Amino acid sequence: MNTRIHKVALLFIVLLSGCTTIEPYNYGPLKQAAPRSILVLPPMNSSVEVSAPYTYLSTVTKPLAEKGYYVFPVSVVDNFLKENGLPTPAEMNGIALDKIDEIIGADAVLYVHIQDWGQKFLVLSSVSVVQGGLKLVSVKTGKLLWEAPINAQYSPNDNSSGGLLGALVVAVVSQIAGEISDNTPQVARMANNMAFNSAKRGLLNGPYKNVKSSN
Amino acid sequence: MELNKVILCVTVLLLAGCASNKNQYYWGAYEDLVYKTHHTPSEVPPSVQIETLLADIDKAEALGKSVAPGVYAHLGFMYAADGNKELAMQSLIKEKELFPESATFINGIIQRSIPKS
Repeated sequence: MNTRIHKVALLFIVLLSGCTTIEPYNYGPLKQAAPRSILVLPPMNSSVEVSAPYTYLSTVTKPLAEKGYYVFPVSVVDNFLKENGLPTPAEMNGIALDKIDEIIGADAVLYVHIQDWGQKFLVLSSVSVVQGGLKLVSVKTGKLLWEAPINAQYSPNDNSSGGLLGALVVAVVSQIAGEISDNTPQVARMANNMAFNSAKRGLLNGPYKNVKSSN
Repeated sequence: MELNKVILCVTVLLLAGCASNKNQYYWGAYEDLVYKTHHTPSEVPPSVQIETLLADIDKAEALGKSVAPGVYAHLGFMYAADGNKELAMQSLIKEKELFPESATFINGIIQRSIPKS
């Protein structure tokens, strides 16, 4: 049990310290554009999981708004676009920027691409994966302001201490449990937290960021 | 299995905890409602969403926190879906007051919903 806790601790150290070796992002274009409001379009999906775009969409408002940006209400926007003849995320992602400016009045658009998503059942374990990318684009100029990968995975049964049989039992139990509860929103939140709040490559604070509550 | 659950909880708390303690906005059930709106809409008809969002707005006030961006617009959208145009309008206007960045979008929604005579 102790060794497992050590392994978990080690994992966190690797996760947390990993960021420091990364080159800082070039924030010039983002600082220059200084967007106040962000439209998040329903993600493009290259994964086999059809529910991925809207599950992801439900996790992205909070971290972006907490960064200090006005985030257009994602469900209202989605419904609005559907009613106006754009039934799928693919079509929504094709809207011209001048139309976004005219109809929604957003300063920037966050384009999300999901590459891999969901629970993978391996022989002795299962793992939940969220993988993709974010691109923040200026509505006025079309310039790329910021981009980041979204990448997280969670395995509920890493290296069981119960030997092979123990491992099999754990894998089977967690596969059954995994079918009942969808833990991809939590994994997406981890991925978002790393993408938006990474020290050197995260998103800069927006105008609504409450400087008083800097605790 | 129990240990796995403990590790899961610790992981979630560690990763979520630091961010959520200093949240600027009160989020309540908003994200959950967005999730269910798209995946299990029958669980969250407009009347249920209205009730939930109003309760969240009360809680935000009680805690002295700001209502999150989009919440009043979402509420207005639910009132409209529930056939209550007056409260829909009030909520949409409230969103615009709190967040002027929403003005173009909100004005467009309001204009489109006014019947042309």
